[in-house]
Amino acid sequence: MIELEGLTKRFGTKTAVDRLSFTVRPGMVTGFLGPNGAGKSTTMRMMLDLDAPTSGTVRIDGRHYRELDEPLKYIGALLDAKALHGGRTAYHNLLCLAQSNRIPERRVGEVLDLVGLSAVARKKSKNFSMGMGQRLGIAAALLGDPRILMFDEPVNGLDPEGIHWIRNLMKHLATEGRTIFVSSHLMSEMALTADHLVVIGQGKLLADMSMADFIQRNSRSYVRLRTPQRELTRDVLASAGLTAVDAGDGALEIDGESTERIGELLAEHRVVLHELSAQRASLEEAFMQMTAGAVEYHAHDGAGPQWGADVKGA
Amino acid sequence: MTTTPYTSPIPVRRAHLGDAIASEWTKMRSLRSTLWTLGVMVVLVLGLGVLLAYAIGEASASPDAYEGGSVLTLGLLGMLLATVCVITLGVLTITSEFGTGMIRTTLTACPSRGRVLTAKAIVFFALVFVTTTLVSAFTAAAQCAVLGTTGGASAGQWIRVTVGVGLFMAFLGLLSLAVGALLRHSAGSITTMIGLVLLPYVLAIGLYTRELNDLRTALVEYSIPALLGTLYTGGPVGGMPMPSGWQPLWIIMGVTAVALAGAYTALDRRDA
Repeated sequence: MIELEGLTKRFGTKTAVDRLSFTVRPGMVTGFLGPNGAGKSTTMRMMLDLDAPTSGTVRIDGRHYRELDEPLKYIGALLDAKALHGGRTAYHNLLCLAQSNRIPERRVGEVLDLVGLSAVARKKSKNFSMGMGQRLGIAAALLGDPRILMFDEPVNGLDPEGIHWIRNLMKHLATEGRTIFVSSHLMSEMALTADHLVVIGQGKLLADMSMADFIQRNSRSYVRLRTPQRELTRDVLASAGLTAVDAGDGALEIDGESTERIGELLAEHRVVLHELSAQRASLEEAFMQMTAGAVEYHAHDGAGPQWGADVKGA
Repeated sequence: MTTTPYTSPIPVRRAHLGDAIASEWTKMRSLRSTLWTLGVMVVLVLGLGVLLAYAIGEASASPDAYEGGSVLTLGLLGMLLATVCVITLGVLTITSEFGTGMIRTTLTACPSRGRVLTAKAIVFFALVFVTTTLVSAFTAAAQCAVLGTTGGASAGQWIRVTVGVGLFMAFLGLLSLAVGALLRHSAGSITTMIGLVLLPYVLAIGLYTRELNDLRTALVEYSIPALLGTLYTGGPVGGMPMPSGWQPLWIIMGVTAVALAGAYTALDRRDA
């Protein structure tokens, strides 16, 4: 269990993390979601006591990180895959970590086996591919067989097989009763792995709820239909107080009614249907909407500067 | 979904400084750069020392020329060059962690900054002290063998050029490690340390007016090469009241202690 209370981090005048309070519970995967620059990594670094918070506290199973004697046995973290020394072999990178926490040396071989790196254990880690580096980082996190695991963007740079592997690993670790905290900027990824969701934008807490609740509250459901009799359909729907919106690809979208009701209504008027389906706006859209006001780096439409306007200002 | 917290079958045993030392020793021995820098140092000191002994032995036939233990001072030249190796190794011991991001992993595994720095300092100090003392002793013995005389060197002189020089070099390396912890940047820290070694000489060249004679002499006498030289010669050339005997060691210890105190504070306060 990890408890954050009023966690704040300011860099000069910029507030990276703003009075963040939430709890990460055991036995489930908690997704930590936010656009790039939202303060996810800074928050995770403060959770591990790498950065000192400007104010607020983080408690790991009730204790401050620095009070843990063998932290690797409580909490394993994958911050970024490159946080190891490339000049050392995979084996020695893990061995020096194990020794500092009195973890038996045989455990090094076990975790290398677990992440599938046994064959390259004696190779220098700087020659590893991105996926292998990520696996080595995960091996380091699992070294102490900790009850809490933190992963910062674990699927970055992994191939589909690797992504599948890490998803299953996280789920499996959670079913063993461990606390799993995983950050991502991809809603779709979270939808597949997380049971609980914490969303932040510009350092502020935007949502802290179960995945099911998040889906319930944030996704628009609507009915999609295709018909050769578009005008007739619009009239029939309008008479029932419903508005059909053009979807752009020739289909119509109707909010606020079930497929059953619409199907029956149109059948009464003998309207021919080519498609009638219940749709759900993607979670990605819901997430984008939620964080729209809180995205730090907006890409601008249109290419290049506009001559004249910008030049005058400069 | 379970709510019982996971308990690991791995036994929990309290970790202490000894475990951090074991960890740092693994880090030290598993990097090829350690072997390279120390290897180059051994070759420089031993090679130059023996070469010098041969050259001097050829030039002067009479063994009286080495009276007063001056044979032992032949090791100084190689050791002066070896300072570059020790400085580099000392700096890299800590800055390579900042450069690669390893420091974040290290501090996650051992959140006590003091313990990490202490373990690093102990492992590095021991390694450099043992290596330099051994290579120093071996070089001095080889030089005496080449010239066929010890030049009547006293036991005190022998201890100063072996254990004394070993300690001096280890403290110089520790000073570099502290500077590396403060600056967190390899090239910057190495440059700073080499500047510290050379700067007194450069300044002395600039301060050429007669009124600044005393300052100029002090700069040179208290410079790192001169302090190291004093350990070999026993006293400053020209008989001035400047560091002599074991004093160079106390001076470098003092400077290192101050820098190390700064490194402890910085590591504890700054974000990793």
